[in-house]
Amino acid sequence: MSQFLFGVFPYIASVLAVVITIYEYRRNSFHFSSISSQFLEGRKLFWGSIPWHYGVLTVLLGHLLAFLFPSAYIAFAKVPMRLLILEVISLVCGFMAFLGLVMLFKRRMLDSRINIITTNFDISLLLLLLIQVASGVGVALFYRWGSSWYASAVVPYLRSLWVLDPEISYIANMPFVVKLHVFNSFLIVAIIPFTRLMHFLVAPVHYFWRPYQIVIWNWSRRKIRKADQQ
Amino acid sequence: MDIRAQISMVFHLDKCIGCHTCSIACKNIWTDRKGAEYMWWNNVETKPGTGYPHRWEDQEDYQGGWILNGGEIELKGTGKKRLLKNIFHNSTLPVLDDYYEPWTYTYSDLFDSPQGDDQPVARPYSMVTGEYMDVKAGPNWDDDLGGSELYAKNDVNYDALTSAEREDLHHLQKMVMMYLPRICNHCQNPACLASCPSGAIYKRGEDGVVLINQEKCRAWRMCVTGCPYKKTYYNWQSGKSEKCVLCYPRLEAGEAPACMHSCVGRIRYIGVLLYDKDKIEGIIHQDEKQLIQAQKEAIVDPFDPEVIKAAQDCGVSTHMIESAQKSPVYKWVKEWNLALPLHAEYRTVPMLFYVPPLLPVMGNISHNLYDNNGDQFFTSIDDCRLPIKYLASLFSCGDESLVRDVLKKLMAVRVHRREVTTGDISRSQADDALSQAGITAEEAEAIYKLSSLCTFDQRFVIPASHREEAIEMTKMVLEHKGEVGFGFKEDPERI
Ligand code: HEM
Ligand code: SF4
Repeated sequence: MSQFLFGVFPYIASVLAVVITIYEYRRNSFHFSSISSQFLEGRKLFWGSIPWHYGVLTVLLGHLLAFLFPSAYIAFAKVPMRLLILEVISLVCGFMAFLGLVMLFKRRMLDSRINIITTNFDISLLLLLLIQVASGVGVALFYRWGSSWYASAVVPYLRSLWVLDPEISYIANMPFVVKLHVFNSFLIVAIIPFTRLMHFLVAPVHYFWRPYQIVIWNWSRRKIRKADQQ
Repeated sequence: MDIRAQISMVFHLDKCIGCHTCSIACKNIWTDRKGAEYMWWNNVETKPGTGYPHRWEDQEDYQGGWILNGGEIELKGTGKKRLLKNIFHNSTLPVLDDYYEPWTYTYSDLFDSPQGDDQPVARPYSMVTGEYMDVKAGPNWDDDLGGSELYAKNDVNYDALTSAEREDLHHLQKMVMMYLPRICNHCQNPACLASCPSGAIYKRGEDGVVLINQEKCRAWRMCVTGCPYKKTYYNWQSGKSEKCVLCYPRLEAGEAPACMHSCVGRIRYIGVLLYDKDKIEGIIHQDEKQLIQAQKEAIVDPFDPEVIKAAQDCGVSTHMIESAQKSPVYKWVKEWNLALPLHAEYRTVPMLFYVPPLLPVMGNISHNLYDNNGDQFFTSIDDCRLPIKYLASLFSCGDESLVRDVLKKLMAVRVHRREVTTGDISRSQADDALSQAGITAEEAEAIYKLSSLCTFDQRFVIPASHREEAIEMTKMVLEHKGEVGFGFKEDPERI
């Protein structure tokens, strides 16, 4: 069972996500959108979206850094004060994300205008994210110090996945909440191409490099213009 | 010189009768869809009034357009600097209630109700939620309502008036209103385009039409904030922004856009302007007082051999140049200096120009008697019912002399025609009016003709777009035959 959940499923999920996402992007990039609902309801969205995004992006960044540089991370967090600060920051962001999500979920369920554009995928996504964040915050609260053994135990597991040699012994004896957190994260990866989660894949970073104005020429006359001459 | 062609428009406000035919034509073709019910790519507002969406001209609130900041131009409420702050929740996004909640009626109740003591009624219900609703606002709720406490009094342009002047506009016998039909201005420095983080919006090189690529739009909704005219709209169903496309499929087929084609007052003119792209940078950095002058200077003379040569070198097609020479817009904007842009101070360099309305006072009530203003048949333009200051706030960044010059000409044309048709004004009086306005009798005659007797082909001078050549570049023409059309290749479904 563990073998499947932690040794096989992550691959199914990732391959599914990558293949379908690329296929969708090429076939029908119309589907890539944050599908903002602010137009129909703005106030509650503020109290949901802002804490959620700032919270979750910070936490994700922490996960990513520890995944990329585990030993540097462990060395950094050796000093208790630093560890404490890291834990407090991630916990605060975790709570922000959690409260934001609850707000978003309530809004999806209760607001009559939002209701009509809410799909089952929207709700499933929010539920999965709720489980994810709740289990994450739970780990941080009850299994001190989560950030350290994430770097020392879970990261090796994730890296073993990455090199196609899954070593599930790292994870097999973990408490249930941790297992839930890990498994659920792959579930979320799997549903990326079916939900609005695709929006973070098309986050508009190229905006910062492009000139403000864009001109597109329909036909051959553009050939006599130099490419930089917009 | 980097000469480009721009399809531009002139709306002659003296002729608008406020019938909304234009809006309906547009609605039927483009926005009669789910998620777009509330959109009016073409709308006609009554001024003084708050417009659609509510008080759209209030940029302190909506933060649209560009501003000069220490000599540098920047987007007021959007742009690279503010993206991270805005993207998760855009605090200046107009929401549904700033426009209005679209509704329809339970018409079937009129037919299907069981027999009873009362007449069945059709109840209004929301086209968004489907729930019954009390209709409290619409896209032109203050239609024809000059002097209204709720709307006219909240007109943003009232800021230009003294309180006495404002009061004046609310006296029963002095109330006044005009119509302001609005579509996308297809600007030369579009703020919607510059605000789009995805790069989904673009200006077409050949004719300057500004479009949103639906495949690339990711619903970051910055364009809605960016456009100071609030002419990009967010479709809440598809999760994409949309805007006036200037009926480009019709343009490419040589037809006028639907709003223009259907205009009952025949107020609308469309034609090509040639302009020097290199000058745009200079225009947008100008002081407010020089903005309109600079914009007009960038529009070049299509008869000037040097310009023609430069245009050809820049790849402007011969058809385009010919059609620029016949352009009615060029006449209104450049030759006669009669048309002005709306709110040029937003610095988007809008390419829709307006001939401001004259609204002369033909008479006054004094001592309960109707008095036809003494000996002068046409009153002085400073007695216009709508204060020049107000018009200047709309059309000339507050510069009254620009508006006064236009009104003088319009008045002189009338005086001249009065002399020609009825003769109760002497020729010397008419000549006097003409010379004061700085036009000749021939010009007055030409203005009169293009205002009143214009034919379809004089109003709409549309260049061939040569799509057939464009197609040749990418595929066999015969293969393409029968494929032409527009719309989605896939259903525009949400996920
Ligand atoms: C990388 C940058 C990201 C950007 C720029 C971004 C932006 C947005 C925007 C504009 C919306 C629409 C809000 C509205 O309704 O107006 C949104 C919604 C949402 N985002 Fe993100 N997002 C990002 C990353 C993420 C990540 C990493 C996650 C999850 C792991 C996420 C989860 C969500 C969810 C669940 C919603 C839907 C909220 C609702 O119920 O309406 N986002 N995001
Ligand atoms: S159709 Fe023409 S006359 Fe009628 S409201 Fe529109 S612009 Fe004015």
